[in-house]
Amino acid sequence: MSEPKKPTLDRADARVTHASGIGGTISAFIDQVKSGDLGALPVIVGLVIIWTVFTILNPIFLSPNNLVNMLFDCSTTGVIALGIVCVLMLGEIDLSVGSMSGVGSTIIGVLWVNAGVPLPLAILAAIIAGAIIGSIYATLRNRLGMPSFVSTLSGLLALLGLQLYLLGATGSINLPYSSNMVNFGQLLIMPAVVSYALCLLPGLVMLVVGLQTNAKRRAANLSAGSSTGLAIKAALTTIGLVGVIFYLNLGRGVPWMFALFVALVLIMNYAFTRTQWGRSMKAVGGNAEAARRAGINVRGIYVSAFVLCSSFAALGGVMSSARLASASQQAGTGDVNLNAIAAAVIGGTSLFGGRGTAFSALLGIIVIQSIANGLTLLNLSSSLRYMITGGVLAIAVIVDSLARQSRVSHGRA
Amino acid sequence: MTTAKTPTGELLLSLRGISKNFGAVSALTDIELDVHAGEVVALVGDNGAGKSTLVKVLAGVHQPTSGNISYRGKPVSLSSPAAALELGIATVFQDLALCENLDVVANIFLGQELNPFRLDEVAMEVRAWTLLNELAARIPSVREPIASLSGGQRQTVAIARSLLLNPQIIMLDEPTAALGVAQTAEVLNLVERVRDKGLGVIMISHNMADVRAVADRIVVLRLGRNNGVFTPEASNQELVGAITGATDNAVSRRESRIAEEAL
Ligand SMILES: Nc1ncnc2c1ncn2[C@@H]1O[C@H](COP(=O)(O)OP(=O)(O)OP(=O)(O)O)[C@@H](O)[C@H]1O
Ligand SMILES: [Mg+2]
Repeated sequence: MSEPKKPTLDRADARVTHASGIGGTISAFIDQVKSGDLGALPVIVGLVIIWTVFTILNPIFLSPNNLVNMLFDCSTTGVIALGIVCVLMLGEIDLSVGSMSGVGSTIIGVLWVNAGVPLPLAILAAIIAGAIIGSIYATLRNRLGMPSFVSTLSGLLALLGLQLYLLGATGSINLPYSSNMVNFGQLLIMPAVVSYALCLLPGLVMLVVGLQTNAKRRAANLSAGSSTGLAIKAALTTIGLVGVIFYLNLGRGVPWMFALFVALVLIMNYAFTRTQWGRSMKAVGGNAEAARRAGINVRGIYVSAFVLCSSFAALGGVMSSARLASASQQAGTGDVNLNAIAAAVIGGTSLFGGRGTAFSALLGIIVIQSIANGLTLLNLSSSLRYMITGGVLAIAVIVDSLARQSRVSHGRA
Repeated sequence: MTTAKTPTGELLLSLRGISKNFGAVSALTDIELDVHAGEVVALVGDNGAGKSTLVKVLAGVHQPTSGNISYRGKPVSLSSPAAALELGIATVFQDLALCENLDVVANIFLGQELNPFRLDEVAMEVRAWTLLNELAARIPSVREPIASLSGGQRQTVAIARSLLLNPQIIMLDEPTAALGVAQTAEVLNLVERVRDKGLGVIMISHNMADVRAVADRIVVLRLGRNNGVFTPEASNQELVGAITGATDNAVSRRESRIAEEAL
């Protein structure tokens, strides 16, 4: 490979070492981790430990069908966690997502089962209810300066009351067992062919987009990554995914509900990383005053985040009504709230605002559900489960705080 | 007090009777200020004189308590930073107002990203390098978060950002405070360049040499009030007197000088 005579625009400064080749990529990654930019590393390490321990304690844990079950369970709370990522990105919080999901599932019971409203309309109504609640939180924040943990804490109680009120005296509404809705929540599995076809897509997209970007960067006299590295990354991703899909297909296969969750994660990931809205979210989370001075509609950003969060919570509730085949007083109570928030934080979205990814909801909820599932397999009571999940959340927050301190001292904010 | 030469360009911005109170503090009282196209107005004054407050009023960050602002002859209200940016008023704030968690490119294009639904990172990066190179910036990588940059590098990024939108008026609040020799010279060159392109420039600086080098008029603020308009030819004593409010005025000093020369 011959050196170009004129250095590319972004390689003019001699003080900077630039990663070149595989070795460079690896050492750059190690530097990044040392400086507190941990990315997904702690989660993956944690997940490996958790899975190893549970598999040793009970080999059923790693059986394909148990994992498929786990994916069903991941999807509902995962969608709620995806909304939490939106508010955490701004350094805000929504403590009422559990109650909101309960209201969402109640709306399905009341409108669809009891009142006979067509299912799509009932789902839409639940999501709109979420959007309304979210815009109330945002208005309280924007107009009255009410901290979101206060407004959403009162929302937690008020929405729980609304849920009980809507459910009325019976306290529980069963969804018809043979309906598509309940099938979707409990049985519907992707055909193996479809799952294999879909799992080829990420690697392919990675490769095509990467090559396009590289070509564009070279044309613009900017340095570009190596095509080999890109191909290796895409190949590894594809092999990994095919392996996972193969293993799941040894059991029942990939649930459609999980596919829906992953699709939402991918959409939100695109929105966070590749759109002006996502950029504005990070800017407001990092320095709201600077964002305002740059002409960003900061209030609008707050509205979008709270509306998305509550809407995702309501959708999560709709999905859990399908999963449980009922809308009851218990829906959305207990550990749903904390699991969703813990998932986002464990997955690597900072509580301090300004950094986070959509994938943190996916990774985090897999950790949470692994723990819940593993402990259930060991026949441990929920008392112990709560304590352990609480401990894991504490660890995640500690890692977040330490990483943040390290980032500050390494100039990575 | 010397009278400033009358500027020739179109009157871009005109402030009349601008006051700004923060609670009991009157940061600005009855400020008058005109900025013409192709003119560099230097705003000088002691610490706490109200310079940054005035700039923030013009940037739409603060709302004036009273007074009128007109832009190209029309009364305007700068109700938000977005409104000021839309009129073509770009600002480099004293505190820079950068997002530390975002990289250099993202900061330069903040709020003005190319292709909102599919960010064009390559075009943004190229434009960022072009702007930075114009300022002789010494920035190792535009893909590092701002938090990793030195004070001067951050200032250069903030200045580059203000140039992005081809503004009509640029306001620079102590733009060279943290800059090296070469970078300061480039900023002064830049000020002259944009002036020659017909933009209006408001520059705040405590460095009288920089001020004299580029300013067409020097507006002095003292304790939130106008305290005279000078040309760059004005003597140091005159300027310092107006800035500090020392009681010895130009006339008394002139007299003592003449008396000395007569000896
Ligand atoms: N947000 C605010 N709230 C209350 N008081 C303020 C605020 N901003 C500025 N002030 C007050 O207004 C006065 C003018 O401040 P300003 O920042 O405009 O000074 P300055 O001329 O820019 O000074 P320096 O040269 O130190 O930058 C000061 O007395 C300051 O305390
Ligand atoms: Mg100031």
